[in-house]
Amino acid sequence: MPFVSSSRIARACRFSFLLVLAALLFPLTSCSRRETRVEIGIREQILHVGNGTDPQDLDPHITTGEPEHKVMMALFEGLVTENPGDLKPNPGVAERWEISSDGTVYTFYLRTNSFWSNGDRVTAHDFVASFERMLTPALGAKYAAMLYPLKNGEAFNTGKITDFSEVGAKALDDFTLQLTLHSPTPYFLSLLMHNSWFPVHLPTIRKHGSVFDRANRWSLPENFVGNGAFRLAEWKINSHVRVVKNSNYWDAANVKLREIYFYPTENQDAEERAFRAGMLHIAKDVPQMKIEVYKKNRPEVFRAEPILSIYFYRINVTKPPLNDKRVRKALALAIDRDLIVRRVTRGGQLPALHFTPPGISGYAPRARISGGPDEARRLLAEAGFPEGKGFPPINILFNTHEGHKAIAEAIQQMWAKELGIPVTLRNEEWKVFLRTTEKLDYQIARAGWGGDYPDPNTFLELAVTDNGNNETGWSNAEYDRLIAEAARTANPEERMELFQRAEAILLDEVPFLPIYFYTRPTLVHTAVRNFLPNVLDLHQWKHVYLEEKK
Amino acid sequence: MFRFIARRILQFIPVLFVIATVTFFMLRLAPGGPFDEDKKIPEEIVRKIEAHYGLDKPLWQQYLIQMKNLLKGDLGPSFKYPKHTVNELIAEAFPVSLQLGGLALLVAMALGITSGLIASLRPNTTSDYVPMAIAMLGICVPTFVTGPLLSNYFGLKLGWFNPGGWFFPEDRVLPALTLGFYYAAYISRLTRGGMLEILNQDYIRTARAKGASTSRVVLRHALKGGLLPVVSFLGPAVAGLLTGSFVVESIFNIPGLGRFFVISAFNRDYTMVLGTVLFYATLILVLNLIVDIVLVWLNPKLKFE
Amino acid sequence: MPLAAEVPNLTPSDEIVPDKGTSLWLDAWHRLARNKLAVASAVFLFLLAIACFIGPMVVKNTYYAQNLELGPTPPSASHWLGTDKLGRDQFARLLIGGRVSLMVALCATFVSLTIGVFWGAIAGFVGGKLDGIMMRIVDILYSLPFTIFVILLMVFFRDLEAQFRWLDRFGIPFNLLLLFGAIGVVEWLTMARIVRGQVMSLRKQEFIEAAQALGLRRRRIIFRHMIPNILGPIIVYTTLTIPAVMLLEAFLSFLGLGVQPPMSSWGLLIKEGAEVMEEYPWLLLYPGAALAATLFALNFLGDGLRDALDVRASKD
Repeated sequence: MPFVSSSRIARACRFSFLLVLAALLFPLTSCSRRETRVEIGIREQILHVGNGTDPQDLDPHITTGEPEHKVMMALFEGLVTENPGDLKPNPGVAERWEISSDGTVYTFYLRTNSFWSNGDRVTAHDFVASFERMLTPALGAKYAAMLYPLKNGEAFNTGKITDFSEVGAKALDDFTLQLTLHSPTPYFLSLLMHNSWFPVHLPTIRKHGSVFDRANRWSLPENFVGNGAFRLAEWKINSHVRVVKNSNYWDAANVKLREIYFYPTENQDAEERAFRAGMLHIAKDVPQMKIEVYKKNRPEVFRAEPILSIYFYRINVTKPPLNDKRVRKALALAIDRDLIVRRVTRGGQLPALHFTPPGISGYAPRARISGGPDEARRLLAEAGFPEGKGFPPINILFNTHEGHKAIAEAIQQMWAKELGIPVTLRNEEWKVFLRTTEKLDYQIARAGWGGDYPDPNTFLELAVTDNGNNETGWSNAEYDRLIAEAARTANPEERMELFQRAEAILLDEVPFLPIYFYTRPTLVHTAVRNFLPNVLDLHQWKHVYLEEKK
Repeated sequence: MFRFIARRILQFIPVLFVIATVTFFMLRLAPGGPFDEDKKIPEEIVRKIEAHYGLDKPLWQQYLIQMKNLLKGDLGPSFKYPKHTVNELIAEAFPVSLQLGGLALLVAMALGITSGLIASLRPNTTSDYVPMAIAMLGICVPTFVTGPLLSNYFGLKLGWFNPGGWFFPEDRVLPALTLGFYYAAYISRLTRGGMLEILNQDYIRTARAKGASTSRVVLRHALKGGLLPVVSFLGPAVAGLLTGSFVVESIFNIPGLGRFFVISAFNRDYTMVLGTVLFYATLILVLNLIVDIVLVWLNPKLKFE
Repeated sequence: MPLAAEVPNLTPSDEIVPDKGTSLWLDAWHRLARNKLAVASAVFLFLLAIACFIGPMVVKNTYYAQNLELGPTPPSASHWLGTDKLGRDQFARLLIGGRVSLMVALCATFVSLTIGVFWGAIAGFVGGKLDGIMMRIVDILYSLPFTIFVILLMVFFRDLEAQFRWLDRFGIPFNLLLLFGAIGVVEWLTMARIVRGQVMSLRKQEFIEAAQALGLRRRRIIFRHMIPNILGPIIVYTTLTIPAVMLLEAFLSFLGLGVQPPMSSWGLLIKEGAEVMEEYPWLLLYPGAALAATLFALNFLGDGLRDALDVRASKD
């Protein structure tokens, strides 16, 4: 029942309604085509990079994440740096180096023209002091273990010794640094590229408080001192980090970029939109569903290079029925990995039939998960579950994520179809999930692992009995022995052979069930030069520059 | 009235105390610690980090220290951003959320109240059905759909705005509309509901019968009572708007407060969770106090008690 | 005038006299039955519920059978609403998803209408200290970190799960009970505030003061005189909660509470659909339409109910 014909009110309301709409739409009328951030950037050598999660800190001894590492690669320079593309060690602060014949003593000859951004000279003492800071227990550096190859590095970090002079890091003079290792570590030079080996400027840190205080504010823009090709200009939480060219850098003449902006891009869709709108030169990720569109319509900006990372399931081997290796093998064989990468993940990932990802020079695993569903059914029958009869329901646990869910759903169906076994799925929030896997309170759990350096050790050491990341309850004395022996072996061929044998055991026992090797789908504007794909997706910004294609 | 306000503000203290205490213990009971990571860190190192933040002390001691610091207004160090304190992070992010929330609130009130009013004046006619159908669609379409749609259309297709970011004044428009539309839908429905109720009341009918003009009736009498549900709704809603929306901030890449609310809980960032919770609680208390004052102002028969 | 109103009230009690109550409801029922839109909506909701609870057992496609090679396809003869990323029939998934979503909506409506209305009405009517305490409790519940609360809820009750296995036989996983619990804790707060505001302003109106002067008990005044007068906002806000709570369910399943895959819910389908709305719009469109249709129906039904229960309207 209409209440009243209140035309005046209605008119007034309608009027104000239109007014609001007009006010909202007003700014639109004044807009015209502007020059995009990307175009300005190409003209001015300012690079805009989507960088994943928000950097938590820019103190190389505190952080552990990849986004932080990428920013710090612009702000610091280690003894050696990555050669773009193949990641072979290139001279960094060290001009050249010598390795003793037994592979345990490294002598680095530092360049004399390397400076901190405040003008101080970078010396061998800076490195020794930095390593001491990194290894001092009070600092609580999460990645201190990266420095454990140093003689007594672990003992010092765990407080067993307190005199740093016993640790294998000595400045022979201002520009000669000698590092002594406790055993030959063939990948040692690759380790040095990690941010935990970067030098920091101790006098600056001391100026802002205790050297061993993780909250020391030296790494804020107003205090920051680094030795990289760029210096920190701005750091706004959840907004951006801006670095500008460091004129004190020894190779400044060859650095072409003037500025780099790193943006946090936790929302991949938002990142992709920003790329499309000309706000980013580089988008770190591509939403799964956009991959095919880019492949088809803009192949010149799309890249999906393999990276050193594997997607796998951990299997809790302590409880039946999964304590039977035949059951685990049957599960591994009944997965159609090709179908998963083609139709579920769709990012050009590679089906994983072994554990160590391809792309490590000198190591291509010989062992394979081989056989098909028939073999799987045979193994399952052998284990006492012909056609899955009597098999208790097993559960796949994953941390909440759309992609993990889709894969788990696909595998659930594959196991039900090929083996006739009932599978349930459960998702948990990340930190709860971490605790559940740690407590072995699961049957099958989703996992991922990225290599810290290009060497099989970073993957195969996971399955060693007392490794904190094993988390399957699996233990194999022969496997442990092979990995330990590899650590002591200096000869590269012999060493790789030991890894081959270890990997064969791992694939026969299947505590880890490999699914696929990751790729990193990335969008890179055609004007970005010298941004070469590599297996760790790490890039020396000093080589990168912008130039429009002619 | 001042005594009323003063008494209510005194009430804040025990309420905030209860909230802080319960939150503190809830956090410590939740599985997973702030320094748990995918790649396991040696146990000794985790203990060193915990010692740095005083997490190695007995629980009751941690609690007392926490409470003492809170009394001083110190929310503590951030676990996630080691070089920042929680106070700094909130101080930096709140102005952003305040701007976004304020604009969204303007959009929501302007659209919501006018459309609700129009609809209520002539119920069950086109001028009722059209705005109400739009409002109901607005309620069904969550911000994670409107946001990308607006961003795609106005940002990418038409190129009128940046599809995301928080650098230029015009970057405020799309997120404010996204958030505003959603709340406008609620306000619109509540305005109509409240108005219809009032327009049916005897005293309004009497006023009309006595020959008061319609606009006079609506503006003088009905609006005051009809907006009551909206006002009650606005207390918590404004607190939610001003403390930011995780979804909208993430769609448009805005460095606001909303993401801290969501992400800090996932990170078990104890100090940050407690900081945001207390911040939100204070806002809720203040806004609900304002709502109660407005309720009395809208209805002079009520007294402050 | 309903006949029953003329019967003198012989028992001076607070209790609603049975026959009087019946006729009041009967009266309302008749009025509701005359409202075509409301009846149509009720029928629609009923059919929808039947479809969601019985449908999945009848339709030829299951909600979990995948066809990975097929992948996402637009609606066709064999898949009426198309298929999703894993090539599953979207129609079957929509039906099964409706189960949880409708149950969740029912649960939220229930707590909102019981706890929320009671809490708000009592606080608003009694006022003073009691009002202060009750509303501060609401403030506290608003403020506590919900995510952490849900995580704790799950951790503590996980051990109990084994004892509630028998519930599975009735199609109610234990997880669902926890989900209801989590929703129950928060979904009445705003309702309580709204009702309180309304009741506070009604309390000073002549007819309520008259009722008080006549010595009617509080409970009777609240339930017989006040609540019928604020039904409008109550019903409006109830219908408003429903889409919000269906989406809340999707967030809770992010925390691991609620449906476990390959089961789904409308909230989850909408969330997943939103991620691919540019490429496969039908994955968002149909669950969204289902939600919208439900909301419209509930809304018409709600309006109808309000009119039917409105004592004043009947005088016209």
